[in-house]
Amino acid sequence: MGNEYRRDDGIGPALVAALEDRRLPGVTLLVSDGEPARLIDDWAGVPLAIVVDAVLCEPSAPGEFYRTDVPIHEHQHDPGLERRPHSAGSHSLGIPDALRLARAVDRLPHRLVVYAVEAADVTFGTDLSAPVAAALPRLVDAVVTELSRSRE
Amino acid sequence: MEGEGALHVTVRDGVVERADLQIYEPPRFFEALLRGRGYTEPPDITARICGICPVAYQTSACNAIEDACGIQVGGAIRELRRLLYCGEWISSHALHIYLLHAPDFLGYPDVIALATDHRDIVERGLLLKKAGNAILELVGGRAIHPINVRVGGFYSAPGRARLDRLAEQLRPALDAAIATVHWVAGFDFPDLELEHELLAVHDPARYAIESGTSVRRSAGPNFAVDAFSNHVVEEHVPHSTALHAGLDGGRYLTGPLARYTLNHEQLSPLASGLAADAELGEMCRNPFLSIVVRAIETVYAVEEALRLIEEYQPPEPSYVAVPARDGVGHGVSEAPRGLLYHRYGIGSDGLVRSATIVPPTAQNQAAIEDDLRRIVSANLHLDDEALAGLCERTIRNYDPCISCSTHFLDLTVERR
Repeated sequence: MGNEYRRDDGIGPALVAALEDRRLPGVTLLVSDGEPARLIDDWAGVPLAIVVDAVLCEPSAPGEFYRTDVPIHEHQHDPGLERRPHSAGSHSLGIPDALRLARAVDRLPHRLVVYAVEAADVTFGTDLSAPVAAALPRLVDAVVTELSRSRE
Repeated sequence: MEGEGALHVTVRDGVVERADLQIYEPPRFFEALLRGRGYTEPPDITARICGICPVAYQTSACNAIEDACGIQVGGAIRELRRLLYCGEWISSHALHIYLLHAPDFLGYPDVIALATDHRDIVERGLLLKKAGNAILELVGGRAIHPINVRVGGFYSAPGRARLDRLAEQLRPALDAAIATVHWVAGFDFPDLELEHELLAVHDPARYAIESGTSVRRSAGPNFAVDAFSNHVVEEHVPHSTALHAGLDGGRYLTGPLARYTLNHEQLSPLASGLAADAELGEMCRNPFLSIVVRAIETVYAVEEALRLIEEYQPPEPSYVAVPARDGVGHGVSEAPRGLLYHRYGIGSDGLVRSATIVPPTAQNQAAIEDDLRRIVSANLHLDDEALAGLCERTIRNYDPCISCSTHFLDLTVERR
């Protein structure tokens, strides 16, 4: 998720570009603006959805990223999800809203893993900041490992 | 214009003196950055102004550039442009009706709460939105910021078979759109009639969407598209980074209410019949009823998309050549939120000399402020939280881009 023209908010699209070169079989790569109706169509019913997005934190450690295996079913409901840092995108409906809407209309993935990458700069421009760009290879490895593990 | 909104209300002795709607859109300087770019670039660059109505920006840009270069695009290419635009109308109207606006009328805080109680209804909205997106993806290349649009037409035109498959998806969407009209027509609507003048694109041949030959107004003669800036003048106001537009110095409204009131006789028999069932009448000046007009326009857009697919002959080639020449061109189209005007000056070297873009939100801002002034005046007894909720609801009637946010309004009431 993200906007490649808002610097570190482009970490999601940058990851997709990096993974496109790997030609991963059985994996669909999508860049999304995070609009909930579209997002829940993209992930409905898939065995594993991995969402990668930028977050703004205070205090901040740009380039750090956090993995969350999101409890998606009602009985696993994690109220903490709503308290996590806001998406760096400019739409106020974010992943928690999409998750709640997907739950209400039965369009959840079987598993949902979110990687949240701490952003340093979400102003206008196409380049990732240095710490976020430096984190990209580690993020690629983490997501590829995640995908491999899900097949075991 | 995607940004955040704030409303600053000044009350003196129990009377609202001012209601300033502030839009904190950081200036993005699109008009300035277009200067010196190639004349084929504005459709792609201006599409980035909005994530919900990029096709409107692409289309008004194409119309203006083609006008500057003395080219008229017609036939199958124009029909394909209209089909793409129908996709944007369906997707945008479904988003606004179901995800943003309907919860206001039904006492839900948001669409998620609505879906919890009425899953089938929200499913219907998602189906409609998906149908609109399917058109955008097939004709435009992708649903957000389509990439297949170029000055003169399209980089490639889809084949007949792919459109036939699209029609399969659209047929159930027509039933969903009709059901949407019946649903929203049953809501409770506060009584309100606004006096502002109305402004919409007019095409003598059909309900104006992707282009038109003139601009129609409710209190004056039509004027030609190239006379737009003689009548509509934008000005800076101190309290907002968004420009305010005036029509011959007065407040006015563009968008669904204006389109319906000025062009409703051109709706299809099905859409007209549904408008009659919804008791819309000859004109519609109640902003709360905009949800009904959007629903009727969704029916029209789905029908129109099906008709365009039925009659489709792939244009060959998929664009007409538009050689650059020195000139000024004007382009209008009807974005889901209202009339969108572009003007470009182009040099014989093919570079953009000047660019002017007048989006619907800027045109409607003065009217929205006036409506807010009334609503706050009538409800000063409420606490600030309740008042902010009422103001948000008022703003959502108009669907400016800031209404993307569910709780977007930072309300300050200064009581003197």
